[in-house]
Amino acid sequence: MRPILLQGHERALTQIRYNRDGDLIFSTAKDQHICAWFAHNGERLGTYHGHQGALWTVDVDPTSTMIASGAADNTVKLWDIQSGKCLKTWDFDTAVKRVEFSEDGSQLLAVTEKRMGFLGTIVVLDINRDVNAEQSGEKVLVITCEDAKATVAGWSYMSKYIIAGHEDGSVSKYDAKSGEQLDNRQVHEPDALVTDIQWSSDRTYFITASKDKSAKLVNVDDLEVMKTYTTDTPLNSASITPKKDFVILGGGQAAMDVTTTSTRQGKFEARFYHKIFEEEIGRVRGHFGPLNTVAVDPQGRGYASGGEDGYVRVHQFDKGYFDFTYEVERQARAAQQM
Amino acid sequence: MAPSFNHLPDPEEEDYDEEEELDFSDLRERFEVQLEEGLDTFVVIDGLPEVTEETRPKLIKFLSRKLNTMGKVREDSVYMPLGDDGKSFKFAFVEYSTAAEAAAACKQLDGVALDKKHKMEVNKLTDIERFGREGRIDEKYSPPKLDDFQEKEHLRSWLADPTGRGRDQFVIYKDTSVQMFWNNEKDAPELIVERPNWTEAFVQWSPQGTYLTSMHSQGVQLWGGPSWLRQKRFAHPYVNLVDFSPGEKYLTTWSHRPISIPEDGHPQLAPEDDGKNYVIWDIETGKPLRSFANLDLPSTGTDEAGQPIKRKMQWPAFKWSADDNYVARLTQGSSISVYELPSMLLLDKKIIKIDGVMDFDWAPATPRRDGIKTYEQLFCYWTPEIGSNPAKVGLMSIPSKEIVRTLNLFSVTDAKLHWQSDASYLCVKVDRHSKSKKSLATSLEIFRVKEKGVPVEVVEGIKDTVINFAWEPKGDRFVIITTAEVVAPSAVPPKTSVAFYCPEKVKGAGVGNFKHIRTYDKKNSNAIYWSPKGRFVVVATVSSQQSFDMEFFDLDFEGEKPESDKDLTANLQLMNVADHFGVTDIEWDPTGRFVATSSSFWKHTMENGFHMYDFKGEQLREEPVEKIKQWLWRPRPPPMLTKEEQKTIRKNLREYSKVFDQEDADRGASADLAVVEHRRRLLDEWLAWRSTTEEDVKNGRLDAGLPLDPIEGLIKKTDESEDKVIEEIVEEIVEETEEIVN
Repeated sequence: MRPILLQGHERALTQIRYNRDGDLIFSTAKDQHICAWFAHNGERLGTYHGHQGALWTVDVDPTSTMIASGAADNTVKLWDIQSGKCLKTWDFDTAVKRVEFSEDGSQLLAVTEKRMGFLGTIVVLDINRDVNAEQSGEKVLVITCEDAKATVAGWSYMSKYIIAGHEDGSVSKYDAKSGEQLDNRQVHEPDALVTDIQWSSDRTYFITASKDKSAKLVNVDDLEVMKTYTTDTPLNSASITPKKDFVILGGGQAAMDVTTTSTRQGKFEARFYHKIFEEEIGRVRGHFGPLNTVAVDPQGRGYASGGEDGYVRVHQFDKGYFDFTYEVERQARAAQQM
Repeated sequence: MAPSFNHLPDPEEEDYDEEEELDFSDLRERFEVQLEEGLDTFVVIDGLPEVTEETRPKLIKFLSRKLNTMGKVREDSVYMPLGDDGKSFKFAFVEYSTAAEAAAACKQLDGVALDKKHKMEVNKLTDIERFGREGRIDEKYSPPKLDDFQEKEHLRSWLADPTGRGRDQFVIYKDTSVQMFWNNEKDAPELIVERPNWTEAFVQWSPQGTYLTSMHSQGVQLWGGPSWLRQKRFAHPYVNLVDFSPGEKYLTTWSHRPISIPEDGHPQLAPEDDGKNYVIWDIETGKPLRSFANLDLPSTGTDEAGQPIKRKMQWPAFKWSADDNYVARLTQGSSISVYELPSMLLLDKKIIKIDGVMDFDWAPATPRRDGIKTYEQLFCYWTPEIGSNPAKVGLMSIPSKEIVRTLNLFSVTDAKLHWQSDASYLCVKVDRHSKSKKSLATSLEIFRVKEKGVPVEVVEGIKDTVINFAWEPKGDRFVIITTAEVVAPSAVPPKTSVAFYCPEKVKGAGVGNFKHIRTYDKKNSNAIYWSPKGRFVVVATVSSQQSFDMEFFDLDFEGEKPESDKDLTANLQLMNVADHFGVTDIEWDPTGRFVATSSSFWKHTMENGFHMYDFKGEQLREEPVEKIKQWLWRPRPPPMLTKEEQKTIRKNLREYSKVFDQEDADRGASADLAVVEHRRRLLDEWLAWRSTTEEDVKNGRLDAGLPLDPIEGLIKKTDESEDKVIEEIVEEIVEETEEIVN
């Protein structure tokens, strides 16, 4: 698995997203522009300029025509992938920490920061899928987080629920139509920030990463923790691989604590765990700062990680990865084929 | 202060009013000396002979002599009332000048005979008031209630490991909770008990592992038995340190705060323990035996700022003899006080005066010296050069106080005493200065305690300063770590050398001279950890900033022996090198099978946790533990098998080990099977969950009228024919050569 090093950002990476076909990678960093890359060779397709602050988040719509981005300049922008044109800017009171398209690309949610007297919110926006059409500026739904602010959020299957991870380590489920809070579970340790939520391909379960050094696989329907992956370092990101039953976790000692740790022990590695057996399978080294984000090709061909060191490392899975199976898995498959 | 009413401010006095103009009441409240107004200074003496008006002064004079031994009593402060018949009531009231004197009088004078017929009974007036009043004491005798015998848990039950594998236990103190585990080698340790806030400061095992000690501001608690019940409490307020006697019979507690006994008494300590720092307790009864105050040692010098240098506290201050029968404390520079147990009285009621004595240490076992019939306890001490007298190392036998051996030494700056665990040898590490007092050198003087006349052997040839020394437990080999001249503390500690020594082979039974085996140079090592069973030793670098290496040595390597070592009783082999980042503590398990290394939160906050190695240095386990403070193996009592029985076991080890090897293999196999079974279950559960969820979602979509694939419809169908295939041909010219063809 020889990685491709993408050296397009000057500052720490914040999020990486693949498009649905897995041939494009979009990355955001604190250096105010979005980069688009070809996944197979690492060539840069282009950049999207216009934000005035550190970029926190990006997402691609399911048809790979538009991307949305959120930044510390208190805006969400919608871009045409092909032309690089900014289609719409929504203004908010505070920085936007996470954006995500619903599964059919008709809606976009944005998580805003709690700051300057404003409470953290989750906002839903309507998206017109036509690139040339006028986008509505109306906020369809605003969910205000009274207790602990939301740090990350996403849409469930059928865009039925909005799932949010909070700074107090809990995960909540909101009705995506009414914004009513349906459930709230203390999934992680109290006061351990939930740093990432990523979906399974059918959006029926998701993985959360947290500063409490663990990642959890949670069921959408009852928010029940199905699997727990325990590591020895604070986690910033977690991703579920399609095709293979693995999860990829990324993290590392936070930059401010690194001085107290020897570099050898920084634990700046991507960790692979078996999704069902909760056992660690392997690690991929390479970054020399904590991993801020990991993303998996939706087609299951590779993954990319972005670090505090400003690099994106794109890995193509090799044969060993696809061949790796547990004895019980082989037996189960054989039994199925019989 | 004596309760005196002479100095009370008189409201009639003139200057009193002047002061009154200012409102002092708040200050007065804060600073006014509390005059004792009680009757604590009064004692009542009963049991006196009957006297008349004429003979009374004579008796008072006689009494005063006795009473004055405990404090100040004027003749007019003895009040002996006479009855109507002119005869005394055979008692007297006495006023002392302080309550402390009165208390002392009650203690010391009570029961002292005046003559053959009369015996003084001295009581506090307040006590008479308290107990003697009518109705306070029940007229009828009711026998004290004896609690029914309650069977206690077996305190050594842990030795019979429930799995029958002879595993050892260890305790972890992390953050605020204490956890007890069974060691499972490679596998996760098995939790026995976890209690939050079990201790306030630290935990400590008793030397044979029977009790776990927890520290609290109210005192010390001992825990034990299979359900970890509290066994004993020793209420020494604000206790800081504890120390057990080797046989777990007695306990010393120490607090830097002198004990202060509250007015209404203390559940375990008596008023005379007030102001003391040390308490020696009987563990069985839970009663204090005797208390002692700190020794205020005169400071020997001043530091650069002119402040007196604070002496490092000696701990344990009270050192126990190997058989628990004596405990001794050093008064540096003058004497050693040896107390007998359980009475805690001075041996022969005398302090052992040794001029200039700097340090002493008991033999860790009862030494069986050649040609001596009665085995006695032994301690060694050393005195520095005083005037023209040389420095001395001495061995004294207790209780006979016979000096068994002394050795004169010259140019000594410091000496350290190292007993071998069987008390067969005593090594005195002597730091000597050269004549110019500029350079230091170390020599090792080894006393062969068990041989006739206690011969002393000097190990020569050590040029550098020895910073660490350790005897092989139950053996006769040792390891030293030396370093070149120690310069002022710098960021990079000086390089050290590790040297191994063993006795030479001799014909017959005796032990030959100590010979150097090998030295490893350019090391950072600073600590030596011998296996409690001997033979294996770990030499490590602990609490260092840069290096964390641990080297596992075998001194009886079974492989080929180098020619140069053929006369030596050791075959040294480095078996393994391990590395544990940030290691602060290393401990062998009591059986010598495992080595646990831990990185304590107390020393630094990096990578706290522990590693487990086997005796060969093979890492078995690595576990990070947040905020781990202590990691301690539970010690074991000495085996109950006789030497012969142990020998038989060792001889037939192969027979026994077969059974255990089989067990281990079975357990491994069944564990593997269990893992596979577990995985299969997980996989089945997962697949079942997936299929129901997929079905549900599908139905949900159909019901909501949504397409099964939300995106399919969105992507515009592109005509196959419109697809353009772009072929990119990249030519790379590897080489170009030009040839001219004629």
